[in-house]
Amino acid sequence: MLTKLKAGFKEQWRAFKKFISDEDNSKWVVPIVAVLMGFLLGIFIMLITGRDPLDIFRALLRATAGIDVSFIGTGKKIFNARYVGEFLVFSMPVILTGLSVAFAFRTGLFNIGAEGQLMMGSFGAVMIGILLDLPLIIHLPLVVFTGALFGGLWGFVPGFLKAKFNVHEVVVTIMMNYAALFTTNYLYKQLPGSDNIRTVDVAPTASFASEFLSDLTNNSRFHWGFIVVILAVVAFWLIIDKTIFGFELKSAGFNKHASKYAGMKVERNIILSMVISGAFAGLAGVLLAVGTFNYGRVLPGAEGIGFDGIAVALVGGTTAIGSVFAGLLFGGLKAAQPLMQARGIPRDIADIIIASIVLFVAMQTGIKHFLGRFKVKEEE
Amino acid sequence: METLYSMLTLALIFSTPIIITSIGGLFSERSGVVNIALEGLMMFGAFAGATVTVMLEPSFAGGFNWAPWIGLVVGSLTGALVSIIHAYLSVNLNADQVISGTGINLLAAGVTVYLAQIIFGQQRTDTFQRGFIKSTFPGLSEIPFIGDIFFTNIYSTVFVALILVVVAWFVIYKTAFGLRLRSTGENPHASDSMGINVAKMRYIGVILSGAFAGLGGAIMVLTQDTQYTVGSIHGTGFIALAALIFGRWKPFGLLFAGLFFGFSQILSLYSVDIPLISGLPLEFFNALPYVLTVVALVLFSSQAVGPKAAGEPYDKGKR
Repeated sequence: MLTKLKAGFKEQWRAFKKFISDEDNSKWVVPIVAVLMGFLLGIFIMLITGRDPLDIFRALLRATAGIDVSFIGTGKKIFNARYVGEFLVFSMPVILTGLSVAFAFRTGLFNIGAEGQLMMGSFGAVMIGILLDLPLIIHLPLVVFTGALFGGLWGFVPGFLKAKFNVHEVVVTIMMNYAALFTTNYLYKQLPGSDNIRTVDVAPTASFASEFLSDLTNNSRFHWGFIVVILAVVAFWLIIDKTIFGFELKSAGFNKHASKYAGMKVERNIILSMVISGAFAGLAGVLLAVGTFNYGRVLPGAEGIGFDGIAVALVGGTTAIGSVFAGLLFGGLKAAQPLMQARGIPRDIADIIIASIVLFVAMQTGIKHFLGRFKVKEEE
Repeated sequence: METLYSMLTLALIFSTPIIITSIGGLFSERSGVVNIALEGLMMFGAFAGATVTVMLEPSFAGGFNWAPWIGLVVGSLTGALVSIIHAYLSVNLNADQVISGTGINLLAAGVTVYLAQIIFGQQRTDTFQRGFIKSTFPGLSEIPFIGDIFFTNIYSTVFVALILVVVAWFVIYKTAFGLRLRSTGENPHASDSMGINVAKMRYIGVILSGAFAGLGGAIMVLTQDTQYTVGSIHGTGFIALAALIFGRWKPFGLLFAGLFFGFSQILSLYSVDIPLISGLPLEFFNALPYVLTVVALVLFSSQAVGPKAAGEPYDKGKR
C-alpha cells in the first residue's frame, strides 16, 4: 500500500516537473513563479525587520474575501461584504491599465504612458460630467466615450511619433505622463466651481455610483463600472484573437519588416495600437473619476495605477484573461494596504511585493533556465 | 537686478541634481544600457542621504557639520548598490531594460517608505536640523555679475555638479576607458572582437549611473527639502533623463539642458513678478521640460544621435 502510494507520488512529481520545465507552459509558469518569489521576498523582508509575515495574508484575506480570521470565536460577524466591494473598486482600474499595457505589448510597443492616458481619461469624463446636463442614457455613455477618446488621443501622440519619425515610444510616453499630470491639474482648476484640490461632483446622470450595488456590499464604493471592465476584456480578446486587424497587430509585434513586406500597413497599425491602448487606460481613468470618486482630483503626483498596469500585463502574460487575474491579485494587495497599516505593518510591503514581482518577471530568462533543470529525461 | 541674480542662483541650485543624475544616465546609456530607473535610484540615494544626515547631525553639533557630506557619500553608495540589480538583470539575464527599470522605480517608493516606517515610525524620515547651508564666498562674491550669481547665497554642491561635468567629459572622450565605454554602447560585437569585456563595461556604466543618481537624489533632498518623503524627488529623475536626451547624450549638452530645465522650474516660482509671462499658469513651466524633450526627439529623429546599441541585450551569437 505504502509503496504503491509512494510510486503514485513519484509519478505525480514527475508529471509536475515535466509540466513546469516545458517551454510551452512557460507563459503561465514563469509569472506564477515570479509571484511566488515576490511574496517570498516580502516575507523575508518582514522577518528581518521583525514583523509577522502572516499579517500580510490575514490582511489579504480580509481585504479580498471580507473574512476576518481574528473574529472567529469572538461572536462578532466574521464576514463583511464591504471589503469585497472595495477590493473590486481597487482592482477594476488596474485591470484596465493592465489591458492597456498588454495591448501595446502585443504590437511590440511598450506603453509606459498608461498613467498619463488614465489622467486624461479622468479629465475627459469629469469635464463632460460637470459641464453637460443630459439624460442618463446619453450622458453616461458620452462620459465613457470621451474618457476613452482622451486616453486614446494621449496614446496617439507617441504612436504617431513612433510611426512617422521612429521616435522611441518609451521616452515619449514617460514625458507624456508628466505633461498629462500638469495639463489636467491646470484644466481641472478651470472647471466651474473647482478649488485647488478638487472639482465639484459630477452630475448624477454621469456617474457609475449605485445605491443598489453599494447596499449589496455593505456601503462600499462598488459601482456599475464593472460592466465597462467586462466589455473591455471581451473587446481586447475579440480584437487580438478574432480579427484580421488583431493578427496584423501581433504580426507587427513579432516582425515589423516581415509584416511590411507582406503588405500590411505597419505604420498605421502602430498608431492604432497606441490609440486603443490609450483608450483602455482612459477607461481606467473614467472608472476612477465617475465611479470611485465622482469628482476630478488635482493630483500632487502620479498615483501609480498606470505603472501597476505594467506589472499586471506582464504577470498576466499580456492576455485579456491573464490581466483580469493579475489585476485582481494586485488590486487585492492595494486594497489590503490600509488593513496592513492598521495592524502595524508598513503598508509599503505591498508595493515592495508588486515591484519585486515585476523584477522577477524581468528575470524570466533566469527563471526559465532554473525551471529547465527539472527537465525529465525521456526514458526510451 | 537683485531678483534676477537670486533667480539665476536658485536655477543653479535646482539644476544641480538634474545635471548630476543626468551624468549617471550618460554613463549607463553610453555603455549600451537604457536606465529609466534614475528616478528610483535618486529616491534610494535621497532616503539614505537624509537618514544618515538625521542620525549623524547631533554628533557634529559643535563644529563643522560633516553630516550632509557623509550623507552624500552614503546616498551615492546606496544608489550604486541598488543599480547592481539593474546591471545583473540587463547584462547577465538579458532582461528587458525598460521592465527592469520600471521595477526598480516601483521598488524605490516601496522600500524607502517601508524603511522609514521601520526606522522612524512614520512614512517619512525625521527632519534634519541643518542639512546644507547656503554660503557666500568672501572676495569672490565681489566680482560683478559672476560673483552675484555663482558665489552669493549658494550651496557648494553646485560646484560639485560643474566639476563632475568636466570630469565626465574628460573620462568619456579623453581616456581609453571612455573610448571602450562608448564603443560598447555603439557596437558591442566589434568591441568584443577587439578584446573589450562588454559585460564588464556595462556593469561599470550602470553602477556609475546608480552612484551619480544616488548622489543627485541625496543633494536634492539635502538642499531643497527638510526631510525625505515619497514625493521628495517628484519626477526629477525623469527630467534628468530628458536632459540627457535634450543634451544629445553629451556631457556639456546635458549641462546646458539641465541648467535650462532648472531655470524653467524657477521661472514658475517667479513668473508672477515678470510682466511678459505673469499670465502663464504654473503648470505650463512644470510641463515645459517634458514637452520640449518630445519636440527635441522629433527634431533629432532624422539624425543618428544617442548610442546605437542602447537598450539591446548583448547577444554574442547575433549578427
